[in-house]
Amino acid sequence: MSEHETTADSEHEPNRRDFLYLATGMAGVVGAASLAWPFIDQMRPDASTLAAASIEVDISSLEKGSTLQVKWRGKPVTIRNRTDKEVQEAKDVQLSDLKDPVARNANLDANADATDINRSAGKGKENWFVMIQVCTHLGCIPLGEQGEFGGWFCPCHGSVYDTAGRIRHGPAPYNMELPPFDLTPGKTVRIG
Amino acid sequence: MSGDHSTYAPRSGFTKWIDTRLPLPRLMHDSFVSYPVPRNLNYAYTFGGILSIMLGLQMLTGIVLAMHYVASTDQAFTSVEFIMRDVNYGWLLRYLHANGASFFFLAVYLHIARGLYYGSYKAPRELLWILGVVILFLMMGTAFMGYVLPWGQMSFWGATVITGFFSAFPAVGDWIQRLLIGGFAVGQPTLNRFYSLHYLLPFMIAGVVILHIWALHVTGQTNPTGVDIRKKTDTIPFTPYATIKDALGMSVFFLVFAYFVFYMPNYLGHADNYIEANSLKTPAEIVPEWYFLPFYAMLRAITFNLGPINSKLGGVLTMFASILVLFVVPWLDTSKVRSAVYRPVYKVCFWLFIVDCLLLGWCGSQPPQGAIVLTAQLGTLYYFGFFLIIMPLLGLVEKPRRLPNSITEAVLSRRQTSAGRPAGATAAPEDRG
Repeated sequence: MSEHETTADSEHEPNRRDFLYLATGMAGVVGAASLAWPFIDQMRPDASTLAAASIEVDISSLEKGSTLQVKWRGKPVTIRNRTDKEVQEAKDVQLSDLKDPVARNANLDANADATDINRSAGKGKENWFVMIQVCTHLGCIPLGEQGEFGGWFCPCHGSVYDTAGRIRHGPAPYNMELPPFDLTPGKTVRIG
Repeated sequence: MSGDHSTYAPRSGFTKWIDTRLPLPRLMHDSFVSYPVPRNLNYAYTFGGILSIMLGLQMLTGIVLAMHYVASTDQAFTSVEFIMRDVNYGWLLRYLHANGASFFFLAVYLHIARGLYYGSYKAPRELLWILGVVILFLMMGTAFMGYVLPWGQMSFWGATVITGFFSAFPAVGDWIQRLLIGGFAVGQPTLNRFYSLHYLLPFMIAGVVILHIWALHVTGQTNPTGVDIRKKTDTIPFTPYATIKDALGMSVFFLVFAYFVFYMPNYLGHADNYIEANSLKTPAEIVPEWYFLPFYAMLRAITFNLGPINSKLGGVLTMFASILVLFVVPWLDTSKVRSAVYRPVYKVCFWLFIVDCLLLGWCGSQPPQGAIVLTAQLGTLYYFGFFLIIMPLLGLVEKPRRLPNSITEAVLSRRQTSAGRPAGATAAPEDRG
């Protein structure tokens, strides 16, 4: 019987079985591929996680030199009313001294320079500073007002950030990120 | 190897009835009773049996722990404390499970070291070895996800750091990381899915273990001489000889295990994991469980950029490569001689490799500063050098010692030479390794 089929296989004209073989095979592949997607997609952030993507914070009581920490998307966001000294120190840094010269500010162009003004809340609001307080190395939470530059210091692997949250030295590759935000000085900030 | 040694003869009418319908008793008898094993197996060959018992024990304790554990970020930590204090024998079950993971890894590392020493990965056992590496991979995934479940500080930050590895990959990294943790940071979706997968993976391991044993029984065991089985006197039946040797090995292993469980159950853990997870506060230092320390050291050893690859991605790639390299070991080793017993230079390189792994483990446990970083870098260099340079080149230049003609000859010559020596100094150690 097997002999019968092997000789037939190589020589015969395409018949109904060949057609069915191809058609069911293709249907199976397409079906399996499209069914696989929901199984992968269910693992991505769900609707409730995405819905909690925006928060509004009252910053009226935030004096100069004080910091507020809020949780946004499960991560700590630091809101700091920087002192004039901190702003001045950050302004004085040359771009060429920075390990990462990109602003990493979600409110600006993706390749904007990491100048202090680009890292702050913008012109006239230079003292206001909103940043995701997560080390860009492996996701630890750096400690505020510490380290060589009086900015942030990550206790995990020793990354040092300045008062504008820019990486100065240590294993972290990038400046800490700034979330999308809308800030009214002395009133509120909307994050997300 | 299997099939031609069957001595199974069903006696009663019932076993004959079974044998003609589902010959499972025959399969068991042929695999674990009459199955021929080399007569010179030493105690390094008992870890396979120990590992199957450990897998069974982990599944058993895990299934009962799952009856009391709650996979919720609000309750996970308290439910573990509840298991420790309120559940009858909960403390014993949890300590068995937690220390069981450590001893599972201890046994698997000794099992792998035995394979590297006696060249167990060489033809025709490549697939057997690869299946073993697959099991190691699955074990690592299972252990990592299990460590997250108690929802302590180390659980949370370990999960953050490890899933953070994936963000190192350009373009798709963040997408993959969010896919893994189901959010923007480790949280409820992460805990829930890790619990589900931690329950699933051991059954997948069990499946691969069956393939591993199947492949073993097709090619047969290696042995300390590395010489193939040539005649009937080279082998002895699995039962009672190997069974009783395995049983003694297990007894000693489980005595040590029991000592840890009953007298120092938290010795291998980290105190920070008895603090509930806090997503706003990172522990002073994040350290993985001891069995991941060498890989962690290699991750942190890459502190420099390599061309377009930044230090973070470089570290992650190095760590993954340190395990992936095991898959190709059968083709990296060019030596025709299997056992390190007859390879004087390889033997030294092998023991250096073991020391190197221990050194890397120590580096992984220390804060990455100063000399530790340099030590870890040199350790990483030797780790990869052993596989990628020593293994291929040594096989070409090393002059191996003369191999015995058969296992029987090796065993008998040892007996003759030891006859005239005082007891204790007996037996050429090179034949046992």
